[in-house]
Amino acid sequence: MTQPFRTEAGGQIDRSRPVRFSFDGRAYVGYAGDTLASALLANGVHLMGRSYKYHRPRGVLSAGAEEPNALVNVARDAARSAPNLRATQVELYEGLTATSQNRFPSLGFDLGAINDVCAPLLGAGFYYKTFMAPRGAWFKLYEPIIRHAAGLGRAPVAPDPDRYANRYAHCDLLIAGGGPAGVQAALEAAPSGQRIIIADDNPGFDSATLAGFANVTCLPRTTVFGYFPHNFLGLAERLTDHLADPGDRARERLWQVRAKQVSLATGAIERPLVFAGNDRPGIMLAGAARTYLDRYGVLVGKRVVVFTACDTAYAAAVALHRAGSQVVAILDLRDSPGGPEVAAVREAGIAVYPASSIVGTQGRLRVRSVTTGAGLRIACDAVLMSGGWTPSVHLYSQARGKLVYDEERQFFRPAGPLPGLRCVGACNGDLPESGGFLGVVPGQRGGPAFVDFQNDVKASDIQGAVAEGFRSIEHVKRYTTTGMATDQGKTSNMNALAIAAQQLGQPLPSVGLTTFRMPYTPVTLGLFAGAARGELFDPVRQAPLHDWAQAAGAVFEDVGLWKRARAFPRGGEDLHAAVARECRTVREAAGLFDASTLGKVEVVGPDAAEFLNRLYTNSWSKLAVGRCRYGLMLTEAGFVMDDGVVARLTVDRFHVTTTTTGAPRVLAQMEDYLQTEFPELKVWLTSTTEQWAVIAVQGPRARAILAPHVSDIDLAMPHMSVREGRVAGVPARLFRVSFTGELGFEVNVPAGQAQRVWDVLWAEAVKHGACAYGTEAMHVLRAEKGYIIVGQDTDGTVTPDDLGLGWAIGRSKPDFVGKRSLLREDLIKADRPQFVGLLTVDPVRVPEEGAQIVPVAAPAVGSHALGHVTSAYSSATLNRSIALGLVEGGRGRMGEVVHLTTASGTIPAVIAEPVFYDREGGRLDG
Amino acid sequence: MRHSLFSIVRNAIGGNRGWPAQWREAAPKPEYDIVIVGAGGHGLATAYYLAREHGISNIAVLEKGWLGGGNTGRNTTIIRSNYLWEESQKLYEHALKLWETLSQELNYNVMYSPRGVMMLAHTVHDVQSAQRHIHANRLGGIDNEWITPEQAKAFCPLLNIEANIRYPILGAALQRRGGVARHDAVAWGYARGASALGVDIIQNCEVTGIDRAPSGEVTGVQTTRGAIRARRIGVVAAGHTSVLMAMAGVRMPLESYPLQALVSEPVKPIMSCVVMSNTVHAYMSQSDKGELVIGAGTDAYTSYSQTGALHISAHTLDAICELFPAVRRMRMLRNWGGIVDVTPDRSPIIGKTPVPGLYVNCGWGTGGFKATPGSGHVFAHTLATGAPHKFNAPFTLDRFRSGRLIDEAAAAAVAH
Repeated sequence: MTQPFRTEAGGQIDRSRPVRFSFDGRAYVGYAGDTLASALLANGVHLMGRSYKYHRPRGVLSAGAEEPNALVNVARDAARSAPNLRATQVELYEGLTATSQNRFPSLGFDLGAINDVCAPLLGAGFYYKTFMAPRGAWFKLYEPIIRHAAGLGRAPVAPDPDRYANRYAHCDLLIAGGGPAGVQAALEAAPSGQRIIIADDNPGFDSATLAGFANVTCLPRTTVFGYFPHNFLGLAERLTDHLADPGDRARERLWQVRAKQVSLATGAIERPLVFAGNDRPGIMLAGAARTYLDRYGVLVGKRVVVFTACDTAYAAAVALHRAGSQVVAILDLRDSPGGPEVAAVREAGIAVYPASSIVGTQGRLRVRSVTTGAGLRIACDAVLMSGGWTPSVHLYSQARGKLVYDEERQFFRPAGPLPGLRCVGACNGDLPESGGFLGVVPGQRGGPAFVDFQNDVKASDIQGAVAEGFRSIEHVKRYTTTGMATDQGKTSNMNALAIAAQQLGQPLPSVGLTTFRMPYTPVTLGLFAGAARGELFDPVRQAPLHDWAQAAGAVFEDVGLWKRARAFPRGGEDLHAAVARECRTVREAAGLFDASTLGKVEVVGPDAAEFLNRLYTNSWSKLAVGRCRYGLMLTEAGFVMDDGVVARLTVDRFHVTTTTTGAPRVLAQMEDYLQTEFPELKVWLTSTTEQWAVIAVQGPRARAILAPHVSDIDLAMPHMSVREGRVAGVPARLFRVSFTGELGFEVNVPAGQAQRVWDVLWAEAVKHGACAYGTEAMHVLRAEKGYIIVGQDTDGTVTPDDLGLGWAIGRSKPDFVGKRSLLREDLIKADRPQFVGLLTVDPVRVPEEGAQIVPVAAPAVGSHALGHVTSAYSSATLNRSIALGLVEGGRGRMGEVVHLTTASGTIPAVIAEPVFYDREGGRLDG
Repeated sequence: MRHSLFSIVRNAIGGNRGWPAQWREAAPKPEYDIVIVGAGGHGLATAYYLAREHGISNIAVLEKGWLGGGNTGRNTTIIRSNYLWEESQKLYEHALKLWETLSQELNYNVMYSPRGVMMLAHTVHDVQSAQRHIHANRLGGIDNEWITPEQAKAFCPLLNIEANIRYPILGAALQRRGGVARHDAVAWGYARGASALGVDIIQNCEVTGIDRAPSGEVTGVQTTRGAIRARRIGVVAAGHTSVLMAMAGVRMPLESYPLQALVSEPVKPIMSCVVMSNTVHAYMSQSDKGELVIGAGTDAYTSYSQTGALHISAHTLDAICELFPAVRRMRMLRNWGGIVDVTPDRSPIIGKTPVPGLYVNCGWGTGGFKATPGSGHVFAHTLATGAPHKFNAPFTLDRFRSGRLIDEAAAAAVAH
């Protein structure tokens, strides 16, 4: 197959390696080294996309990352499909399948182009002014139509199977941009041996000269997309998108780099000229045409008109002329263009028309001719335009660098280096004086002159927005959507600003710039997630006895990061039956429970007791060695934050337990106070959650189960005490505590020994008819005893007194966290919600947790709730339902009938003491 | 000029040159009845309702930058009212009811779109929390319903409800009347409406001081455009409220954090509702333009910088890719931050201050957009009458002294 617009020779493509690809189902051939855009141009295809709003036919405007028009979908399969890719950056590989977007039925004939006909009705912000009647029609009628019409490409429909890699790096010098300025900066720094990273978003850059330096890491296909405080930068490296067979390699890699010094060599971007019909396929930036010729050996047209206000377009004209294009005219906006490039053009015999412009173009799917300001119509198949160059200051601006306006050259440039950051080359504004033009080309006679090509923002839209009072450039941007397309205004922002400034009658710099935001070019979402998917999305924490529980048929629940055994159903039991059996067994014989997930903090030091005095409501000074106490921790606002048993092992050593999910929060609170409020205290905190496995042995047979395996501890130890010794031969901290109301022990052993100890105890437990029980039975058992679970029976608004735990407050202590707040008027008022038991009148009916508690059976909508049900279970022990809740003034309402909301109506219940079982506590002693 | 299809056609014929300015470019007068500091959605709505419902139009709304340029134009536009506490329910439901007719009220299409807000439950604790909300909402007359994972999938086909994922979806609470609106249009619509009623909206006018009489009451403000007298001042300045209030010697219980959001490149519709998950810290919807709008968390440290840390948005995207595995290949187009003012109980402060004549409306934290019409409405009432509207009466500054907190975060978040 021929490539009619490919030059005979030249370019950096590999002509020995033809590459077959397809676009919209049609087969083409390009060469290795082509981009999709250059290969299509070589085949004479300019029409590559449709615009967002008016569905106007569009060709390629640029040759790089700034491309607004040529957006395509590239799909390897249904899952590995990527919309909105810039054809100018899609590297060709054998078999590449690309399709155009946002058109129906085809790119050449798109019904959406009706919008173009209706364009006068669809000016900037039209949708704010209509679609309001009748009420509700926006959501039901208009919006669905608009949503359907909007959007660009199609998202993939299947989960992305590709992998994304992540790397953190430090370097002495990070260089963004591998053009001449970037490579020069690397060459200057390289001999010093500094660690250098140089990144460029092109597939190849002139890294050959750097190849000899082991201290220089060259990253092609890598975009520096974000600049964060303290010289922290994000880089996106594309690894496989250019390969015909990516294999199982990661598709992209996220680099997170902390750089001592950053050099930005991000170059400059050429600006289009704003004139009527400047968006037809075949009209492109002059520099882009030159790139297609020099890099890819492609002529963008055979009969070319150049429209410029900048000398660099002359060089492009000469190059195309020499390569065989006919450059029919150069129209220059300036009165007397001069300089060496102009002279070279004249030498080549190309006609130059000073003080000339284009005021209209013709051609439907490709430019056919242009109309000049002088009324001349010139036939052509390509127009090269140049309004000058804009330094790419995005990253500098993201780094909070201040920009200054260069009046003469009409661009913003960095005000100067920042600590650890400098700009080099064109990015710094170091561009040769070559002219330029901003704003609308004078002499226009109507017809749409586009500023933002992708979002279809015309010069008249910007002028109209200003006239409608949108005077801030941020308003203009948001009202017209200029600069908000996928190119983020790389080619449009300066013209938009100039047009707004002119309309406002203000100097351009006083209108200001919109904020440059991360990322420089769009970055794949999956890249940020990296390996954090599936199991690795969040680490799974497994208790030391997890495997045993799994083998025993446990069903698990997520509690924070932990997987906890919820119950151990046997032989076809459902959850309910399993829990009932486990509860009965614990009450009648005993149960073993893996309580290892409870948080544990070792609090050590001469001031440990004093520290706990300040962090917990309770008094710790007089707690005897070897004894335990239930501790309550409050927030500064006086509300219960966490609870747990605290044991004093020695005078200066406490073993503090916390709730499972509260552990990090409690340790953080402790550290926070220790480091910022009480630095004078000699205390050291160590999380020991994962060091100690905890096997709870609960039930009347608990002591009997332990006895054969404990020799050096007297098991007659009192309730709420702790002993150190050996259990099953393993060093242990043995607690006598109970969260079930039964005689109970908690065996703390090193996590690595947990299975061994469990096996021994389990074998013994089986002899006594005991069972393993899970968190659900634990919940029921504790509820029967009225023990609270922080986070379920409390919600961050509950005081100790609300819970009936006023006894846990060391009132004689001078201070503790939350003490002052407890005295606030709202925290001591009589009708605070108080923790009570709730017994449904129908004993079978289990209330719903979260049900609202109301005084009447049929509450009016909007009526006040007395409180809510915090916990509710079917109690096998009591053979009825039990519930706990918070009710306003609840302790004074014993015996009162209240009503609990359900999905349909209410059910009556009686307020009761929150202890349903063994109120005297006799069973604690077995 | 009244906005309508007719006016669009008429102007199209005239080459769209006939549209008048949507609001007047006002210069500050020496004195106003009321000065509102902050021309965000809440401040502009306040001015609008003052003029519209209380007949007070000698008002200036002062704005340091450009109107709607703060959190009003930086949020993820989610609207819902399914809050837990009765006080919050009433306030947010008041707002939601105003949303339902706001486009017609303002003659400005704010694109309120009740596409449903779904809050996912991933753990037993989440389920309990969601059920509690649903019970409370049902009693409060606010729609909120429990749906199964399959129903959630039917409502949002993009969702991954497989049982073997790290945090399987156990169900969701769905408020069908919840949804989104076009944030900029809200600011512009209120600005246009207020301006038409005589309110002066003065942009690029930074307040540099609050003047007080020897007896303590406010007498006006100092600004970069001169002194302005007023006996009533309403501060509605979001993240910078504490700075302004300090000018009057009032220390606010506020902390300001950067909060990030991001959008993807636009694609054809793939998601019709809003999905939120507290457990995995992510929420997402798709804008009319086709962009996926994704909210991230607040940074861990207080700051006035309108950019957040990379790892915060990265963590959010972990969660998004996990909930919606098909979007992993899509690309982030734009990431930005706003400064949110957070109170100790995560509920706003709307009302009087210890300084006579000085009123404040702040502390909306990460969720103020949804309240915009209601917030402006009740604050206007408060400024006009000197006493709170029944819906903002509980949201006093004094509650942090009395302890009468309205703690939505505590009720929703912590697990056992």
